Amino acid sequence: MIRNRRLRQAFQAAVSTAVLLAAWQFASYFFPHYLFPPVQAIFWRTVQIFIDIPLLIEVLATAARIFGGLFGAFLLGCVLAVVIGRSPFIESYFTPVLVFLQGIPALSWVVIAIIWFHGIEFRILFIMVMTTLPAFTFQILDAYRSMSKDLFEMTMSFRPSAWTLFRVLIVPTIVPGILTAWKVNLGNASRVVVVAELVGATGGVGYQLLLQQQLFDLAGALAWTLVLVLFVLVVQSALVAIEAWALRYRPVSERAA
Amino acid sequence: MSTDPFIRFRDVSKEFPRPDGSGTFLAVDRLSFEIARGEIVAVLGKTGCGKSTMFNLLAGLIEPTSGMVDVTGHDPFREFAYFRGKIGIVFQNDRLMPWRSALDNVLLGLQILDADKMEAEATARGWLTRLGLAGHESDYPHALSGGMRQRVSIARAFAVEPEILLCDEPFSSLDEMTARDLRSEFTRLVKQNGKTAVFITHHINEALEIGDRVMVFHRPARIAYEARMDQTSGEAERRNVQDRILEVLSLERSVDAPQV
Ligand SMILES: Nc1ncnc2c1ncn2[C@@H]1O[C@H](COP(=O)(O)OP(=O)(O)OP(=O)(O)O)[C@@H](O)[C@H]1O
Ligand SMILES: [Mg+2]
Repeated sequence: MIRNRRLRQAFQAAVSTAVLLAAWQFASYFFPHYLFPPVQAIFWRTVQIFIDIPLLIEVLATAARIFGGLFGAFLLGCVLAVVIGRSPFIESYFTPVLVFLQGIPALSWVVIAIIWFHGIEFRILFIMVMTTLPAFTFQILDAYRSMSKDLFEMTMSFRPSAWTLFRVLIVPTIVPGILTAWKVNLGNASRVVVVAELVGATGGVGYQLLLQQQLFDLAGALAWTLVLVLFVLVVQSALVAIEAWALRYRPVSERAA
Repeated sequence: MSTDPFIRFRDVSKEFPRPDGSGTFLAVDRLSFEIARGEIVAVLGKTGCGKSTMFNLLAGLIEPTSGMVDVTGHDPFREFAYFRGKIGIVFQNDRLMPWRSALDNVLLGLQILDADKMEAEATARGWLTRLGLAGHESDYPHALSGGMRQRVSIARAFAVEPEILLCDEPFSSLDEMTARDLRSEFTRLVKQNGKTAVFITHHINEALEIGDRVMVFHRPARIAYEARMDQTSGEAERRNVQDRILEVLSLERSVDAPQV
């Protein structure tokens, strides 16, 4: 038994990864390499993406598209949440639309974007925003609604200006919800972005995946996929670190460990 | 003490919508009273009789259904900015912001009033020390005991030096020794600085000790009995008032009793 909880978790993760890799490697001995490329081939292709500057730039382009889309959806979501949060009347008009939008698959947005717009980057931005906007809006709205009435009245008893109220009460109240929303939507956006890049992008992870498919190069396809997954994991852990810092005031039950 | 009333309730009623939508619930019933500048008024009444609701009306946090609330000639609900820094409230529950340390919670009001940073911090630290919380300035609320949290919330209200102090059972979660110290400190502070205070309590003795005047509420909130306490009031008089209060309170329906 490993005492340290983190160490134990790392060990467990390493074991399952090793088993998966071993199984893959085993399969590569029995199947042609275009079906199961050896692990080391995938590994070197992945490393190559990181050390070859032009390839790294394609990764960064995709990252920029993810962040651009998320940022756009976040800003729009904030505006929508404020508008909806202010009036139940407006809410009853907006909510059904957002629920409807939430049901539209990413691929449909790709088709719509291609027909409607010309600029490739704008198409991608449009797709990214449309696919993450409803979730962002609902999550920000929920965070806002979870504000304590007691704390609100207490703060109001000092009669702050609207801006001060926003700063001292509303922001700290909604920050946890916003961080969660970013974590959830980051996962969604990274899955959508590769589809969005099929609108004619000449660079980026989605474009590279398409290229590998045409070349029938599974090692390459897996390497690009791996890079995207690694990117999400890195950003995700950065968000978790920010969250831990921002929510350091929260008590942790000793039972919860 | 000037003769002009400082705080005036005239026929104030407050109805709340029932959660099931079946009409309204009357929490305050044509309540009228006046409080002079510099007075400390203690309010007694059974649970649920509308004492906290009266505070919310007085502080302008809620709007009366009918009647008029007047504080120094202004309407506390309508004139939002006018009362900035003038009314301080110690709420029945501590209402601390969990993301702020004890010190930052005390600083809240001063920050809203845009006080000088250095001075504000000195003031806030002074209040924490006075309330026996020195050394806990950087503790988050979850790491404080219930009584400590309540004291932080007292410090928060006092730190802005409001003209009017509304205290809703501020000492109820403290042990008797601490409560006694704070009671005398409270009266001293209010008197020394010429503040006006309304003080809700469930303890008749506390009301008699703190109040220049004691108001006993009916349910829904209306004055059921009122007595002026003088420094010169003798033991016999105090006993008399105490008996009367007990009598009035016992006439009130208890919460669980069927409403006729
Ligand atoms: N926001 C509200 N909505 C509906 N009903 C309310 C609301 N606030 C208070 N009430 C009702 O008004 C009545 C008076 O409540 P209030 O909190 O003023 O009582 P109180 O005298 O302070 O009681 P306690 O001594 O227990 O604190 C209660 O019956 C309560 O249920
Ligand atoms: Mg109350």
